[in-house]
Amino acid sequence: MEQALERPAGNWAARARESVRLALPIVLGYVPVGFAYGVLAVKSGLSPANTVLMSLMVFAGSAQLIAVGLFAAGAPPLSVVLTTFVVNLRHLLMSAALAPHLASWPRRLLPLFCFQMTDETFALHLSRFQRKDTERGVTLGVNMVAQAAWVAGSALGVASGSLIGDVRPLGLDFALPAMFIALLCGQLKGRPHLAAGVSAAGLALLLPRLGLGQWSVLAATALAATLGIVAESLGRKE
Amino acid sequence: MDQHTIFLVILGMAAVTYVPRLAPAWLLSRRELNPLLARWLSYVPVAVLAALTAQSVLAPAGSVDVAASNLYLWAAIPCFVLAIRTKGFFGVVALGMAIVAGARFFLG
Repeated sequence: MEQALERPAGNWAARARESVRLALPIVLGYVPVGFAYGVLAVKSGLSPANTVLMSLMVFAGSAQLIAVGLFAAGAPPLSVVLTTFVVNLRHLLMSAALAPHLASWPRRLLPLFCFQMTDETFALHLSRFQRKDTERGVTLGVNMVAQAAWVAGSALGVASGSLIGDVRPLGLDFALPAMFIALLCGQLKGRPHLAAGVSAAGLALLLPRLGLGQWSVLAATALAATLGIVAESLGRKE
Repeated sequence: MDQHTIFLVILGMAAVTYVPRLAPAWLLSRRELNPLLARWLSYVPVAVLAALTAQSVLAPAGSVDVAASNLYLWAAIPCFVLAIRTKGFFGVVALGMAIVAGARFFLG
């Protein structure tokens, strides 16, 4: 508490503003998708409390939507948990990729930071961390804003029930794909990285056809990163 | 499934989601990484983002769709151009949303 008082109030406000500003594209994407999740979850037989609790405790968009589909289909409990595990296993690689940037952080903050690691927050923080911007307040602030948007979207979906608002006329459904494009272009530095990116994209489209749908992002990433190292060594020999 | 069982499933989902998010950062953040592993990890960001971008733009409904009717594909092209030219972030998101919204408004 005393430490908090020592900091000028303006800093807090500035950090909060910066967090909201950075998280805005994520918010635009999460509210409508969270809304859709909320509507579907209630329709699939989840209570309003369980629907919102899942957004608070799991916080993983695609896995939650898949789980709701499984609940609706009457899948056994264990298969819902196992599917969630496989779908979210890709975060393993994201967490490993962020690890070197978190070395200066107090260890006790890692459980909080990692709890809110999604595809979108990972992508956003990675580009910041690579610019040596690892300011903790803004980092955790972005995560809080992102999850707040997800939970709020879910709750709105629950509240409006069958009344499905159409977000398509506003183009909100393209906010997250556009964000991925912007962040991807920031990572294309040099030929080995370009090669890794192109092969990951190809594999991500190919692997679902081979029946690896739920493993596709994880497998495409692991294979393409390996190809990147191969491309790097080939480039050196020339 | 009754709500109590659903809650237990949600607890299980939370656990199996949290462990892969936390374990690598927890175990690797204070350790000198093996150089080969460090090099491999340096390719993970571009690979993850390319995989996510490819699926969200080229297979928005789950299966690959490169037909002219895939609006995301058309919107992605100017977004790529702008992103490469400006290294911007918000401009790209705004441009993409404007194209998708505009196309739906004018083309139906």
